[in-house]
Amino acid sequence: MTSAPSARKKSGGETERAELLSPRELRGIIETVLRLAKSTEAVETEVHVDEVADALTRFANNGIHQNVFEHVVTVSVRTAAGGRTARATTNRLDQDSLRAAIEVSLSLAHNLPRDPKLLPMPGKQRYRKVNRFIKATAAVTPEDRARAVRLACDLAAKKGQVAAGIFSSGISQAAVGNSRGLFATYSETHSQFSITMQEDPAASWAKADSANVREFHPQKLAERASEKAHLAVKTQELAPGRYTVILEPAAVLDLVGFFFYDFAATAVQDKRSCLNDRMGKQLFGKNISIVDDVFHPLQKGAPFDGEGMPRQRVLVVDRGVPKNLVYSRASAKAARRKPTGHGFALPNEYGEAPMNLVFSGGESTVEKMVASTGRGLLVTRLWYIREVDPYEKVMTGMTRDGLFLVENGRVTSAVKNFRFNQSLIEMLRNVELMSPAVRATGEESFEMVVPAMKVRDFHFSEVTKF
Amino acid sequence: MWDFCTNALDTAKLRGASYGDVRAMHLRQRDLTTKNGQVGTLAQSESIGIGVRVLANGAWGFASTDRLTREGVAACAAQAVSIAKASALAKRSNVVMAPEKAYVDSWQSPFRKDPLEIPLETQLALLLAADAEMCKVKGITLTETNMQFRKIDSWFASSIGSRIHQRKVISGCGIGATSFQGGEIQKRSYPNSFGGQHALEGYELVESLELMKHAPVIAGEAAALHAAAQCPEKFGTLILAGNQLGLQIHESIGHPIELDRVLGQEANFAGTSFLTLDQLNKLKYASSIVNVVADARLDHGQGLGTFAYDDEGVPAQCTDIIKDGKFRGYLSNRETAHLVGLDRSSGTMRTESWNRLPIIRMTNVSLLPGTWDYDDLIADTPDGILMDTNRSWSIDDRRYQFQFSTEIGWEIKGGKKARMLKNPSYSGITTEFWNSCDAICKFDDWTLWGTPNCGKGQPMQTMGTGHGAAPARFRNVRIGTAFSK
Repeated sequence: MTSAPSARKKSGGETERAELLSPRELRGIIETVLRLAKSTEAVETEVHVDEVADALTRFANNGIHQNVFEHVVTVSVRTAAGGRTARATTNRLDQDSLRAAIEVSLSLAHNLPRDPKLLPMPGKQRYRKVNRFIKATAAVTPEDRARAVRLACDLAAKKGQVAAGIFSSGISQAAVGNSRGLFATYSETHSQFSITMQEDPAASWAKADSANVREFHPQKLAERASEKAHLAVKTQELAPGRYTVILEPAAVLDLVGFFFYDFAATAVQDKRSCLNDRMGKQLFGKNISIVDDVFHPLQKGAPFDGEGMPRQRVLVVDRGVPKNLVYSRASAKAARRKPTGHGFALPNEYGEAPMNLVFSGGESTVEKMVASTGRGLLVTRLWYIREVDPYEKVMTGMTRDGLFLVENGRVTSAVKNFRFNQSLIEMLRNVELMSPAVRATGEESFEMVVPAMKVRDFHFSEVTKF
Repeated sequence: MWDFCTNALDTAKLRGASYGDVRAMHLRQRDLTTKNGQVGTLAQSESIGIGVRVLANGAWGFASTDRLTREGVAACAAQAVSIAKASALAKRSNVVMAPEKAYVDSWQSPFRKDPLEIPLETQLALLLAADAEMCKVKGITLTETNMQFRKIDSWFASSIGSRIHQRKVISGCGIGATSFQGGEIQKRSYPNSFGGQHALEGYELVESLELMKHAPVIAGEAAALHAAAQCPEKFGTLILAGNQLGLQIHESIGHPIELDRVLGQEANFAGTSFLTLDQLNKLKYASSIVNVVADARLDHGQGLGTFAYDDEGVPAQCTDIIKDGKFRGYLSNRETAHLVGLDRSSGTMRTESWNRLPIIRMTNVSLLPGTWDYDDLIADTPDGILMDTNRSWSIDDRRYQFQFSTEIGWEIKGGKKARMLKNPSYSGITTEFWNSCDAICKFDDWTLWGTPNCGKGQPMQTMGTGHGAAPARFRNVRIGTAFSK
């Protein structure tokens, strides 16, 4: 019996003192549920245990205004019997609550029509190891975050600017097991620093995300945002139209992140992917290659999917040609392919998605892109991106926090923000230069590994007032 | 739960907190979906825990835990105080809170049929039947339906003596049909996109929607859209259906009036607002027929922004936002109220769950009904475009410039609904748009729409908001921008 664990390791910062479940306890919860389920009508049982201990310090107007910590453990149970399956989730770990979750799952499933396509749960799997648990990140304290924030705010005050942002750090761990002997576990640390520097009427922004808090420097990010905010104070208004753009990695990420469902086999089977009737064709420029690779050193995430299947590295775009999709077990069976380990926890209607896209990138730099541009726009980040046309993949959104005019190879002034309406397919045909791919972080997509891009004929349709 | 709350407040005080409030919450949820005649998601979840917010050394700290033991709760409260003391290392000034009375109360949202007591078999049968109706329509390549039910119990206690228990029952339901044909994807949803209609109601909401009646209609429209004319690019007269107008209100009125945005507290993420403090009681936000309120009271309706008390223990209120076209009010909390000269919070602090800090949120931000009969509005429009059901939405980070597209449009010619238009869109600047409003329909066509997916805050919180709207007409609007070349 694993409920109310008594001997927990202390893995958080000194002040947070998050007492995480030990690997033995994680496994113990799963074994308890599987044991309890044996005395029910469940033929198969799957258990997920997810634990999060996250802290986030938020600042605005040059001071901390919110500062939070959370610790959550959830146990999610899926039973299957007679071609029927359903899921029940709880965050209560006592035996009665775990038993209740099993019973709810069975009760839900009992009402279903039989699904002849429901697959038996997978058996034991082998996983490639990844280590993304960094002790330095786990040891970050509220005082550490407050000191870094204070330095950034002091810089803002010194420059006559106003700082706002976050500094977060945390730990998460997950385990999945089932009654056919599958068991997988994963833990990682995460940290983020994001800062907006405001110098009326302008603002600029910088952000970093890593499993290792030592891989970014809050003060350097603050300095970068501060310099760009100052550059952005005096803006000119340009006419909407098609421009050559230099998209910094965060801007690229927040656009191409909208592709991730399109590479799901289920989305293609459902005919809602932009890749319908386009697989194997020269859709993008020959300089665009994309893999999904959870093992890439700049990626994060568990090396297994929602059913516990090992994630595979998948080449999704090869020199502009969509080559492969990612598959859950169900969509793989429907397409007579092998599962790639990208399925979501069952039951669900979306199937799967690549969560760790990595662009091949190039050898240029943002500076070289600027130097090579006769007239264009340098874009810091994009905002409120939404899909206008799902098949042509036309996205709309705004530029934000630093849009600059490039003339004759140098940045000459700041520009009022534009709205864009741009097909991503067309955009990836028009990429002229790329930097090496980096771990990018924005606000519209989860983190991926993408380059900065110089893109011709990017379509800005309207201008706003600032 | 009250013992845990008291335990947390006592510990926080002992550790040096000058103020504390606690939210213990128990959330239960059921999700059902179907796709192409098969059940997709079938899941039920519960989450229970406690969140403690304290002021110490003049700064905020918040900690949450699901370890509901005396020791676990005390550790959580102590941690909140430690975090507050760390906050004080980089505070700008001491937090000052507007006064509020202590309340001891219990409240339950009204419902006729508990959705979690309705047999699952009944719920699935309805969804599968609606799904099947849509599947029958030629050209439909994807059918989807969904129901979502939530029951939320919250116990709020504060160091000023409040003890408030609230129980909310929330239901949501919607259907959608998609057609892929000739290199084009078209979709129609009912009664709204992105999950349908959501309200603070029981299963009676689902029964009122008449899914079986509407399923073949929207499926037929989705298939027919391929052959419809493209929405033209022009400046012209626009009539918005209530479901689209609800989102327009949300984005271009609801968000800009959040005082935390106005004061720069969301500058890094959600953005700021063009409604700077000097605009209050001066800005002509809209035409004189436009009246907007933020109303969390049950009298306004059973919306996603309806409650008896907010998550800071302040009673539900109705605040004038736009009165006869003039900008009259913000959404405030106890910390920000005094900054706009108010002696009391407007009661808009809301939290997604026990593990999230309450932040300023929309309640029911609604456009009050006007004077027009819908048929008269159409008859009075010689040349215009009617747009229905949102497809995409986007607005800049100060809430000036927006662009929306909808699933379907209709030409209005000579006072009559004429041909169908595909890919409709419109754009504009917030105040210019609202000042161009010249007709709003009556209460007969007014619906309190639910927006269940409003994201804000770091860490991100998803909140449901309500938006009452009836069809309305706007003049000289830029139309068709989203598909401009």
